[in-house]
Amino acid sequence: MHALYDLAVGPLAWLAFAIFILGSVYRLMAMRALALKKDAAFVAYISWPHALKSLTHWLTPFGALGWRENPGVTVVTFAFHICLFLAPLFLLGHVVLLDTFFGWSWPTLPETLADALSIVVVLACAYFLWRRLAVPEVRFVTSTQDWVVVSLVGLTFLTGVLAYHGLGDNLFMTTLHILCGEAMLVAIPFTRLSHMLFGFFSRGYIASEFGSVRFAKDW
Amino acid sequence: MSTIADRLIEDEGLRRGVARLTPEKIEKVFKELMAGEGGARLKTYAETCVRCGMCAKACHYYMSHKDPSYTPVAKVSQTMWKLLAAGGRVDPELIYQCAQIAYTECNLCRRCIHYCPLGIDTGYIISVVRRLCHKLGVTPQYIQDTAHSHSATMNQMWVKDDEWPDTLQWQEEEAREEFPGLRIPLDVEGADFMYSVIAPEPKFRTQLIYQAAAIFHAAGLSWTMPSTPGWDNSNMAMFTGDSEIMARVERAHYETAQRLRVKRIVMGECGHAFRAVYDVGNRWLGWKWHPVPVVHSVDFFWELIQQGRIKLTHKYAEPVTIHDPCNIIRGRGLMEKLREVVHFLCDNVVEMYPNREHNYCCCAGGGVINCGPPFKNVRIVGNSIKADQLRATGVHTLIAPCHNCHGGLEDIISKFDLKMHTKFLGDLIYELMEKPEAE
Repeated sequence: MHALYDLAVGPLAWLAFAIFILGSVYRLMAMRALALKKDAAFVAYISWPHALKSLTHWLTPFGALGWRENPGVTVVTFAFHICLFLAPLFLLGHVVLLDTFFGWSWPTLPETLADALSIVVVLACAYFLWRRLAVPEVRFVTSTQDWVVVSLVGLTFLTGVLAYHGLGDNLFMTTLHILCGEAMLVAIPFTRLSHMLFGFFSRGYIASEFGSVRFAKDW
Repeated sequence: MSTIADRLIEDEGLRRGVARLTPEKIEKVFKELMAGEGGARLKTYAETCVRCGMCAKACHYYMSHKDPSYTPVAKVSQTMWKLLAAGGRVDPELIYQCAQIAYTECNLCRRCIHYCPLGIDTGYIISVVRRLCHKLGVTPQYIQDTAHSHSATMNQMWVKDDEWPDTLQWQEEEAREEFPGLRIPLDVEGADFMYSVIAPEPKFRTQLIYQAAAIFHAAGLSWTMPSTPGWDNSNMAMFTGDSEIMARVERAHYETAQRLRVKRIVMGECGHAFRAVYDVGNRWLGWKWHPVPVVHSVDFFWELIQQGRIKLTHKYAEPVTIHDPCNIIRGRGLMEKLREVVHFLCDNVVEMYPNREHNYCCCAGGGVINCGPPFKNVRIVGNSIKADQLRATGVHTLIAPCHNCHGGLEDIISKFDLKMHTKFLGDLIYELMEKPEAE
C-alpha cells in the first residue's frame, strides 16, 4: 500500500497534472484552430463585450431564465461548483503537501469549513446522481459517461472527507482519494468535464450572435 | 419511456427516401458532411452537453406533452448524438426517426438557448440533422415540394413569371378604386425601398399586397417591387437543409435589389424569410453583413410612425395581445419597436407571459407547418402551452407580425376554441390609418 501511495503522490501525480494541463491547452488550441478553419462565418461575429455581459448573467445565481426556471438545480449547481474549486485549492492538507515538495504556500481555509465545503460537493454529486435516476427528462438522456464522471468527482471528495475524519484505513483512503483526484484531472480535457474548458467559449459565442447580430439577450 | 420510434408518422417523402438507403450509404454521406461542414461548434456541443435536462422547460413540445423524449436535449440525443456515436453507420430506420424529429418536432426557435448554461444551440444541431437528411434524400414530401418550387421558379409556390406582375397589376387596379393615385411601381431603379414578399401572398393572401401598397402610398414613399424572379423573400430550402438552393434564392433576392439600386429592402411581416435574408443566406454566400440593408416590416412601420408618415383616424379600441415571433425577436431584437407600434395603434394592450425573448413559439415555424397535413395534429397538440398562454390574456385579438405564426396560432385557436382572431400589423394600420384621397 505504501508503494502505491508513493506511486500516487509521485510519478502518477506528475503524469496526471501533465495530462490535465497539456491536454487542456492542446484541446483549447485544437478547437480554436478547427473553429477558424471550419466555422469562420460564425467566429466572425464574436464580440467580447456581449460575451462578457452574458457570462455575467449566467455566472449569477438566478441571473438567467434557465436558472430561474430550475431553482433546485441552480442552487445545487452553484454550491457544487463554488465548493469544487474552493475546497481543494485552499485545503490545508493540499497546501502543506505543495509546501513540502516545492515550497509553495498560500492562505488556507479553516479545516472545518473546508470539510463542510467538501461535504457539500459530495451531497451535490448525490443529488446529481439522484436526478439521473428520478427525473424522467434527465434519465432519458443519461448515458454511462454521465454516471462515471459524476461518480468520479463524488468519490474524490468522499474519500477526502473520509480520510480527513479518519474513517476507514487512513492510508488506503488517502491513496484512493489521490488516485480518484488524478483520474478526475485526466478526465477533464477528454470527457464531458471539458465543459470546464469550453463552456465559457460556447456561451460567449452564442452571446455574441445574440448581442451583436440579433440584438437580443440570451439569458 | 417512449421514444420517437413509438410515434412515427407515415410520410410519403420520408418513406421513399429511407427505402433507398443502406447503412453504408448513410455512413458515407455522414462522413462527408462531417468532414465538410461539421466544425468546432458541433464538436463542442456534442462533447460538453452535460445532460442536465435544464432545457426541458424551454420547449413548447415538452411543456405540452410532458414527455421526456420531446426535450431539446432528447431530440439531439435521439438524432445527432446517435449518429456521432455510430460514425454515421446506422440503420435507415434511424434516419426516418431523425427526419421526423428534425423537420417536425423542432421549430428552430432557439428558446432553449435561454435555458442552457453552456449556450448550446440546439437549433443549429437540428439544422445539421436536417442537412444530413436532405443529402440522404429523406425530406417530408410537402416541404420538399416547396424547395423544388424554389429551385425551379425561385419562388416557393410555383408562381409563374407572368402570374407575378399580373397579380401586382390586379392588386394595383383594385386599390386604385380606393386610392385613385396609387401605383405599385415595378422595377423602378433608384427607389428608396424595394418591397419583397413571400410567395403565399400573391398565391392566396393578395390583400396583404394591397394593404402594403396602400401604406406605402399613404406614407408618400419612393418604392418599387421587382417584376422578375427575386421578388420572393421566403426560403423553405433553408429549412429542408438544401443550403445550395437556399443560397441561390438569397442571391437572387439581393441581386434584384442591387440591380434596382434601391437603398433598402423592406420585407413583409414574415419571420422565417427575415431569418433567411438577415442571418443565414448572407453567411452561406460569404457576406458578413448585407449588400443591401434589410428592414423587417415591424422596423419599417416603427420608422414611419416616428417620422409621422402614418396618421390614424382612430385607435383600435378592443384589447389586443402581442405574440413575439422568434425570428424577429430572438432573431433581431424587435420586441420594443413591436410594442411601440402596437401601442401607437391600440388603446388597450394586454401582455402575454412569458414575452419578448422568452416567448413561447407558435409551433409552426422552422418549416414545421410546411411539412403539411401528416404532421399537423402533432404540432397543434404539441403546443397546448401556447393555448394556455393565449387563453390567460382573456383578449380576442392577437397581433402576430409573422406569416408562419399566423398559421400556427390560427390552428391552435381553432383547436382549443380560444375565440381569438389573429392580425398582422399591416391589417391594423390599413384599417386605422388616414386615407386622404380615398373615395
